[in-house]
Amino acid sequence: MSTRMIIRRLGGGLLVLWLVSILTFLLVHLIPGDPAEVIAGENASQADVERIRTELGLDRPVLTQYVTWLSGVLRGDLGHSLFTGKSVVTSIAESAPPTLVITIMAIVLAVLVGVSAGTVAGLTQGSRVDRLVSTLATLGIAMPSFWLAMVLVSIFSLTNPWLPATGYADLGEGFGTWLSHVILPSTALGLATAAELARHTRGCVADVLTRPYVRTARARGASGAWLVRRHILRNAAIPVVTVLGLQAGRLLGGAIVIEAVFGISGLGTLAVNAVLQRNYPVIQGYVLLCAVVVVLLNLIVDLAYGWINPKVRTA
Amino acid sequence: MTPGHDTARPLLSVEGLTIDLPGVQPGLVEDVTFQVREGHCTALIGESGCGKTLTSMSILGLLPASVRVSAGSVWFDGVDLLTRTPRQLRRVRGGPVGMIFQEPMSSLNPTMTVGDQIAEARRLHLGERRKTALARARELLERVGIPNAARRIGAYPHEMSGGMQQRVMIAAAIACEPRLIIADEPTTALDVTIQAEILALLRDLQRDLDLAVLLVTHDLGVVADFCDDVVVMYAGHIAERTTVDGLFYDPAHPYSSALLAAVPQVGQARSRLTVIPGRVPSAGGLPAGCRFEPRCAHAQSPCGERQPDVSLGDGRRTRCGRVASGELTLQGALRG
Ligand SMILES: Nc1ncnc2c1ncn2[C@@H]1O[C@H](COP(=O)(O)OP(=O)(O)OP(=O)(O)O)[C@@H](O)[C@H]1O
Ligand SMILES: [Mg+2]
Repeated sequence: MSTRMIIRRLGGGLLVLWLVSILTFLLVHLIPGDPAEVIAGENASQADVERIRTELGLDRPVLTQYVTWLSGVLRGDLGHSLFTGKSVVTSIAESAPPTLVITIMAIVLAVLVGVSAGTVAGLTQGSRVDRLVSTLATLGIAMPSFWLAMVLVSIFSLTNPWLPATGYADLGEGFGTWLSHVILPSTALGLATAAELARHTRGCVADVLTRPYVRTARARGASGAWLVRRHILRNAAIPVVTVLGLQAGRLLGGAIVIEAVFGISGLGTLAVNAVLQRNYPVIQGYVLLCAVVVVLLNLIVDLAYGWINPKVRTA
Repeated sequence: MTPGHDTARPLLSVEGLTIDLPGVQPGLVEDVTFQVREGHCTALIGESGCGKTLTSMSILGLLPASVRVSAGSVWFDGVDLLTRTPRQLRRVRGGPVGMIFQEPMSSLNPTMTVGDQIAEARRLHLGERRKTALARARELLERVGIPNAARRIGAYPHEMSGGMQQRVMIAAAIACEPRLIIADEPTTALDVTIQAEILALLRDLQRDLDLAVLLVTHDLGVVADFCDDVVVMYAGHIAERTTVDGLFYDPAHPYSSALLAAVPQVGQARSRLTVIPGRVPSAGGLPAGCRFEPRCAHAQSPCGERQPDVSLGDGRRTRCGRVASGELTLQGALRG
């Protein structure tokens, strides 16, 4: 992909982030009535309301508030929790690791399982393996992730005490311990995406197999792994990458449910509590973080797409 | 144009080839027999749907999975390719036999540089390293007349014109110094001016490299310019097998003379052969006797019942009983 194109994509991403920053900022002002009173709650004293008002700068003109807020954000200052007074950046930094690890592991698992199963199914259309993959994929897409999580826990933690049912361990506590805590949540989170990817990959591989250039490659003596890798997968990957980009954003949201089932305190827990407590600075921080992650993911997908598809690269 | 009794030995010999659509339709191609001689060109002509592509694909075992060869043999250089294991067959594909297809754009991999596609056969067959094979690919690009080969080697197919793409296909087909090229309508998808250039290139290569060529074409001008032997296919079998001179001066099947009549000026008109009234019957709806009888201007009462296959000497054959018995003499394109 040309540098010009990368710059254009980056510019687009920054624009999106700026728009999100405005919406995030306005979150507080979209509350009907006096935001300070609503945030403080019904039983709050007048002193509390005033404290929140100054804390959020609500007594100043809106534009000034936005500029102050945005310059804080750009310096990495997202404000403080209204209740604990803890810096929002610190709270997010503390709860992000489990969520990110589980999401990334889920993506890795989905790509490995989904793409390989889909490729094998597409290459052996109509075979028993193909039918099995298609059935499992339909099941995987239909099953809600929390239910899958419960099934996994009952099999791998309760019936057989192989893996912990709840909690999270840092990598610092040892690779084995870490992995044992990560496997079940990321499997529960990633299987639906694996199923989706398997279905798409199968379709794309089956489609590519009918293309004249595959016949040309065969006529040249290509076969087996050589043919699959150089002629089939690369072409089949182009639409699959797009699907993966869409799925990755969804996974981050799905992590909230999985955290709840496995009792992991990550970003999802932080966000849910913030919403319940109307802890606006934390909500704003969470929304901004999600926007940054999604914009980054899209950028990565665009780059991967351009790398795979020369028609985009040279366009 | 070499006369038919030339003594060059056959390099490719297709015998009694029959192709079915199993469980649906037997005899898409039936009892097809012909030869391609060393260093010579055999034309495979006939209207759309006559079975030319199926016949040429079956030689290297490249038929779609749904159709199957049910009888016959394909002798290449003394071995029957139809009895080879997949592994043995792979050694022939892209090695001693190269193929060129009709649509260069869709027949080239859009995600691979043209250099890599040309180099591929050398890496597969000669075990060359990528760098060595690419250096050879550059020479091949020059050989097929692509300017600026050193730069073009890294281009992708969509960055080239149709004519350039077909040159790339040709370069890839000759990468391992083949002895036989199978070309299925290599110019049909191209502009008329480009068609002539590509054919000139093919003829050039054929002479230089002493290639045998099986050329599927709709273009009788190309047959006249380029080929030695001619196989006329009609509705899945061979109507007439002859030489180029035989076809143009002395056609031995009414279908051949109808094809000639459909092209008023040989060598100029490049229209598809669709001017004969009526349609080619499909394999499911063949007449009981001569397959061309319903459309034939010379048909008489016994034609609807018999399906002869008569040798006329010099390797020529016809499926027309009336011509074989001397009852009917047909008008050639270059006579009177
Ligand atoms: N994969 C297939 N499945 C079923 N029938 C097929 C298949 N391929 C070809 N046929 C049938 O076999 C017959 C011969 O087809 P073929 O492609 O060999 O014709 P052709 O002479 O090459 O025609 P054209 O000039 O249009 O390329 C046609 O009637 C076609 O419908
Ligand atoms: Mg064809």
